[in-house]
Amino acid sequence: MTTYILRRILSSIPVLIGILFVTFALGRLIPGDPCRAILGEKATEVVCNEFIRRHGLDKPIPVQFSIYVGEIMRGDLGTSLKYGKPVTDLIVERLPTTLELSLAAMTFSVLIGIPLGVISAVKHNSLVDVGTMVLANIGVSMPVFWLGLMLAYVFALLLKGTPLQLPPSGRLSPGLSVPPFYEVWGWQLAAEGMGFKLLQFISRLNTINSVLTWRWDIFSDAVKHLILPAMAVGTIPLAIIARMTRSSMLDVLGQDYVRTARAKGLPRLEVILKHALRNALLPLVTIIGLSLGSFLGGAVLTETIFGLSGVGRVLYDAITSRDYGVVQSFTIVIAVFFVILNLLVDISYIYLDPRVRLE
Amino acid sequence: MEATSNSKQSKTPQLNPEGLRSAETVTLWKTAWRRLFRRKSAMFGLGILVFLLLVAIFAPVIAPYDPYQVLIGIEPVRMRQAPCIHLLGCPKDQPQHLMGIDGNVRDQFSRLIFGARLSLMVGLTTVSFAIVVGTIFGSLAGYLGGNVDNVIMRIMDVLLAFPTLLLAIAIVTILGPGLINALIAISIVSIPAYARVARASVLSVREMEFVEASRSLGGSTLYILFGRILPNALTPLIVQGTLGIATAILDAAALSFLGLGAQPPTPEWGTMLGAERNQVFTAPHLVFYPGLAIMITVLAFNLLGDGLRDALDPRLAARGAE
Repeated sequence: MTTYILRRILSSIPVLIGILFVTFALGRLIPGDPCRAILGEKATEVVCNEFIRRHGLDKPIPVQFSIYVGEIMRGDLGTSLKYGKPVTDLIVERLPTTLELSLAAMTFSVLIGIPLGVISAVKHNSLVDVGTMVLANIGVSMPVFWLGLMLAYVFALLLKGTPLQLPPSGRLSPGLSVPPFYEVWGWQLAAEGMGFKLLQFISRLNTINSVLTWRWDIFSDAVKHLILPAMAVGTIPLAIIARMTRSSMLDVLGQDYVRTARAKGLPRLEVILKHALRNALLPLVTIIGLSLGSFLGGAVLTETIFGLSGVGRVLYDAITSRDYGVVQSFTIVIAVFFVILNLLVDISYIYLDPRVRLE
Repeated sequence: MEATSNSKQSKTPQLNPEGLRSAETVTLWKTAWRRLFRRKSAMFGLGILVFLLLVAIFAPVIAPYDPYQVLIGIEPVRMRQAPCIHLLGCPKDQPQHLMGIDGNVRDQFSRLIFGARLSLMVGLTTVSFAIVVGTIFGSLAGYLGGNVDNVIMRIMDVLLAFPTLLLAIAIVTILGPGLINALIAISIVSIPAYARVARASVLSVREMEFVEASRSLGGSTLYILFGRILPNALTPLIVQGTLGIATAILDAAALSFLGLGAQPPTPEWGTMLGAERNQVFTAPHLVFYPGLAIMITVLAFNLLGDGLRDALDPRLAARGAE
């Protein structure tokens, strides 16, 4: 088992090096003068010379690459032109918004997608099945940004005044704000160090912070603000999950042990949920793990629509203002995150699938 | 697939090999077509595609206005005016605009019609490019094996490690915004998928006896690979390609929405949507129709792709027919 984990970790190292190389190569493909492309048109000769010296742009390519890798290893992802801050700070500051949105979207897609898939498989070829599959097909064909705009239009304008009205932008209603839970609890903290950063990070997750401070009015407000963006980001994964669950369940339901379980006289529901679903969920772990990547892609397209200032918004601003450094660093961070996620999914199979353990 | 290889094995020098092959191809496609024809959803998708293709070809005939023409001073219309359809009670003295007027006082319906050309073109060109490049790499990797396989597939793994849309964004940001650069970016990020499919199919066909026969007859590596093996490994690529067009159109629309793809005033659906995104509460028709057009096009390719997969894979079709 340990060798399996070690082998998986080792095999992702070449991929990580490859990612660094691709992003490095992308940085060198910027047309024209890299200094002025990254620091802006108005950079003076002196500033540029310093920039070129610091990043070793006057040195041979292999040396440049090693300098680049060294910078990233030290956690130096460069500075954002637009925000005038280190990119790492920006990510830590903005990530809670995106994380909250992604988790909400994931909850939405899993909680609805899996039951829909199970029902479609059990009631194979029924009206529910056909309807679900038609909706799933439409779901995977929708542009995320369009769905977001349409949801905002329907729930904020058409349903205005009804109980279904939902806020189309921001994380909380104007005027509402939550003090961080550690302040409410009266903790005396030095405002520095990793521990404090972590607490700050948690306190920026509005839903968790409001629960910790026992402010249920703020919790419900935060959840209301999350619904529309989460639906927008979660619909495509929902459709994929529903389709996968259905085909996976159909496979499992046709197997002998399921028939045996039924023949033993076990209740139908118990067979479906205990015997069939548990095995059918196996391939779904991979799909859900990989959908996290599409949640991130969806966040870039939807955060701007719903006025959320998360990581996706930073990336959007970076794209529109040609903030190359930020786009490049984000690409690295997200790709590395993706690789780690894949690794975790593979490792989780040890616990989920005994066959992997025995190999 | 097996039937194909068997008949190829029994090839005798007296028979004309060209004629033999075309006869087989027809049978494979005939059965596939018959299976496809029985699937309502696939036929529905195909129907939409034929319709879209006709719209794209005859766009100048269908569109009532020039998609670039600003109507100020020509007609009594306002900026972002709601749709005016005579059949639905719009006063007859007003000029008819089926989908309203956009932010630059142009006829939205005409722009949407012309947009079909671009979207289909985007899907077909990116996927054709990605299929050709991906197939060459993938089949070389699968056929030659060893170090070539290792190097090529590791490069593909690295490309796959990036979420596709984000890698495409990074590439276009660096190349500079524009339709051509967006096409290049989408092509590059979709290469690995085809390389993997091509490699897998080549691997499954490589060891078959008809390949060995070709080799023993002295066929060159290139001939065996592209003349003998690939035609037998084509079906998964066709399926992947059809589904890939759907993804490519969605990605291209997303890039255009972000301002990285086609630039205004080009009538591209994603660009049109992106330009009017802030007007969703005041002029929803300007956001609704372009998005609907994207969705219908993508849906058509998805339905056809799913249908093709079932039709070309007898194993799957047998299960679906249960």
